[in-house]
Amino acid sequence: MTPAGSPLGYAIIASLLQVVLVALGGPLLMGLMAKVRARAEGRVGAPIRQPLRDLRKLMGKEGLRAHHSSVVLAVAPLVVLGSTTLAVAISPLVTTHPLLSASADLFVIVYLLLTGSVAMALAGLDTGTAFGGMGSSRAITIGALAEPALLVAVIALSIQARTSNLPAIVADTITHPVWSSTPTRLLALVALVIVVIAETGRLPVDNPNTHLELTMIHEAMTLEYAGSDLGLVTLGAAMRLGLLFALLMNLFVPWGVATGHTMLALPAAVMFLTLKASLLAVVVSLIEVHSAKLRLFRIPELLAGGFVLAVLAVITQLVAR
Amino acid sequence: MVLFLAGLGFFVLGLVAATVLSIERRVVVASLGGSLGCLLIFISASQVLLSGRTTSFHSSLVLPLSGIDLTLDPLAALFVAMTSFVGVATLVYYVGYARGELRTRTALSLMLLFLTALLCVPVASSAVTLMFSWELMALSSMLLIVVEQRRHADARVAAQWYGAMTQLGAASILLGLLLLSLKGGQTFGDIRSHVSLMSPTLRSFAFVLTLIGFASKAGAVPFHVWLPKAHPEAPSPVSALMSSAMVAMGVYGIVRVGSDLLGGGTLWWWIVVVALGVVSALFGALHAVTSVDLKRLLAYSTIDILGLVLIGVGCSGALSATGHPGDARLTLIGALLLVVAHAAFKGCLFLGAGSVERATGSRSLEQLGGLIRRIPITTALFGVGAVSIVAVPAFSGFTSEWLLLQGLLHGFVDQSSPTLIVLLVGVIALALTGGLTAVAFVKAIGVGFLGQARSTGAASAHEVPRMMQLGMGILCVPCVVLGVAPGLVIPLVSRAAQVGSTSVKARSVETGVGLTLSHVRGAIEPMLLLAGFMVFVALISGAKSLLRRPARTVEAWRGGGDRPSARMQYTATSYAEPLQRVFADVLRPEIDVEVTHAVESHYYEQSLSYESRVDDAVERLAYQPVIRTLTRVGLAARRLQNGSVHRYLAFGFIALLIVLVVLA
Repeated sequence: MTPAGSPLGYAIIASLLQVVLVALGGPLLMGLMAKVRARAEGRVGAPIRQPLRDLRKLMGKEGLRAHHSSVVLAVAPLVVLGSTTLAVAISPLVTTHPLLSASADLFVIVYLLLTGSVAMALAGLDTGTAFGGMGSSRAITIGALAEPALLVAVIALSIQARTSNLPAIVADTITHPVWSSTPTRLLALVALVIVVIAETGRLPVDNPNTHLELTMIHEAMTLEYAGSDLGLVTLGAAMRLGLLFALLMNLFVPWGVATGHTMLALPAAVMFLTLKASLLAVVVSLIEVHSAKLRLFRIPELLAGGFVLAVLAVITQLVAR
Repeated sequence: MVLFLAGLGFFVLGLVAATVLSIERRVVVASLGGSLGCLLIFISASQVLLSGRTTSFHSSLVLPLSGIDLTLDPLAALFVAMTSFVGVATLVYYVGYARGELRTRTALSLMLLFLTALLCVPVASSAVTLMFSWELMALSSMLLIVVEQRRHADARVAAQWYGAMTQLGAASILLGLLLLSLKGGQTFGDIRSHVSLMSPTLRSFAFVLTLIGFASKAGAVPFHVWLPKAHPEAPSPVSALMSSAMVAMGVYGIVRVGSDLLGGGTLWWWIVVVALGVVSALFGALHAVTSVDLKRLLAYSTIDILGLVLIGVGCSGALSATGHPGDARLTLIGALLLVVAHAAFKGCLFLGAGSVERATGSRSLEQLGGLIRRIPITTALFGVGAVSIVAVPAFSGFTSEWLLLQGLLHGFVDQSSPTLIVLLVGVIALALTGGLTAVAFVKAIGVGFLGQARSTGAASAHEVPRMMQLGMGILCVPCVVLGVAPGLVIPLVSRAAQVGSTSVKARSVETGVGLTLSHVRGAIEPMLLLAGFMVFVALISGAKSLLRRPARTVEAWRGGGDRPSARMQYTATSYAEPLQRVFADVLRPEIDVEVTHAVESHYYEQSLSYESRVDDAVERLAYQPVIRTLTRVGLAARRLQNGSVHRYLAFGFIALLIVLVVLA
């Protein structure tokens, strides 16, 4: 919660900084993950800034709309990007006092991300093609199964901090370093890693590089997008990845996040965040190298595992008091 | 109270108009009378909510022996205000919707009677008045289901199920209220003052008996079987009233009897309520995902949301019983706000389903598609309802679920393990249903309104009359207002949540731009969130338009195959198939695959038919055996009656003998 008299100017600058950081950093994280993967597989791989170049290329292309599509297809990228940007702006990424930090409730963030998923799922159905429906059905199934694990893990953290306000949880963890190594946190961490992998469509849940009809999930859903619309959708997905990685790290290793109101702390906070998120990206991509994509109907088992861990996190928290 | 009675007077005028006027005028005049009545009643309820002053009325003229007792206290006023609001919207909708049988005197009078009964249930303040209005509500709605039975063959079966279940429920409530009235009078005031004299066992008996009846009305599993039959088969304005206002009366009853009349009771009562809620929420959400009939989907989602409400009510009761009245009240505010929000969005959705049925002639999602281009206004209004129920931030569903979650979350301060387990299970159920509800409504919108038309009816759909759109539009207002500016309503709801112990210095919700919880750190400012979202969307679309690249319309990608046809789209069944498979143990789908092999070789298939059906497992496993047994007994008893006068005389003689023997 914002303490009374939090300077508005600081909050605006910090929020804008977060948006720019994630808008640039999200695609770069994707590039980094592709690079690490390529190196681990013995290839050179594309440069890390390749996703940004792709985005610039897409933005310059003309958009294509399928017959039978409606306003939903055009609006969905805006909703995805808008809701993700809002979530980025209010989350405690580089500072615990961004704009609207009082409203930066964990449930708000979770449901903002859900709003984006719903918009994409509707866009997948909008053109009335088999691929769109297939991707949409699969994506929303995985989303619906990841949702409980996510919410329960979030609830475990909230019970520990006695609030579901995200900046407050991060700030409290900085002042109570012991919290970050309690059993609750560790169990919730594993659960959240599983959820983040599912939500960002990484292996073993979804293969971001596939264009094979039977295995695509996110790619099938966005198949009818082209040009600048595809650019927005891709940017939205990248920002979502950036946000989730950054949040995950800040919830468990919050050090480096600026807690005061001085602008001078921000550059250091940006550096810390970049380091932490890159570290997580490297770890996740190394996991990816060593895992094969799960069959669609094995994914629920993985997510159920995450859910059980999250429930255990809540129970350990209740027992530990 | 004067305004309330004046409102009822307008209902009487409407009834007279419905029976006297010619068929051209009667629908409009009766609906106008009812709407004016609702308006007056809404004002009188708002007065009570704003001032917190309770008013009551007694008359011995209406019902012989006991008379009627009406009391408008804040709890009742909340439900009355909600019902009258939905009432106006459905009556407006009715004007555009009524055709054929719905324009008859019977249908119109029943509609007004049903609404009157709904408004009287929460106000009733004696056992007799409550039972009278309860039965009026049940009977009028049951008859409304069969009004259109000539065109809907399933309506009769639905009405039979509904009639049986509602009468069993009413009998149970009646028994419970009788037990409560044993020690003294039957007015609620008497019951409140005598309840401390009753033994705890008797009180528990009374609570459980009323709970069965009220929970059945609220669609709690396993007493829900009537709901997914009756709500879809009723004419849409009636479904809207049933699903938004009538099911809420079940919740009202539980709160009134449990928290108010019985003064809170013991922990295990509320554990039972939470258990009912958890099972209902999960069961309802799963069936909503797999339903193909749009109105059936909505009916199961009603079971789901009412389950969440019961979780809230139960957790609130449990916290109150273990000495945490502050947290209890916060949870109850969340639950009641969810009831109000549900009334608005579910009413809007059911009316929307009625519009879709009117426009396309079908309510099966497999026959719809592409409606967003044919009936854009109805689609947009339905979309507002769907977005609210999916709990998108800044819509009513989100605000109420957030408040409910906060209540549960801060209830974890309690140290006793039964309460903790109850809260934990409640929170988990809330988490599990969130995603499933999203799937159900993405399916409803994506398959029903987007894509290509799957039938000629959907391809040639025409926008419905303005009055029907207006009816839906009225209900969209609270969906947005409750979400964006919940501060307007929260003080009223929190006054209504002050049942039972009124002197408690409770945890409150402070209202400013958004909601701030006192005592704990928790706040949301939906209006600012919405503004932030709007700014970002404006910036993004502004930046995009700078690119000056207008989109070109092309054919959808077809992977080198034929032109994509409507039959290639994902159907509602296939959309939900992954989840149906994941939850097959609960849903127990029946899948029949029939393969006919070619004559020439066993390895070639000539034709293949695949049928998958998801029936209500509770109905199949718990109710059908009972019905089969009853039928068998009935058939056996029929053998006693062969039409011979001699045999009947013999029966009479034997009965007389038995009576004489017993008396001697």
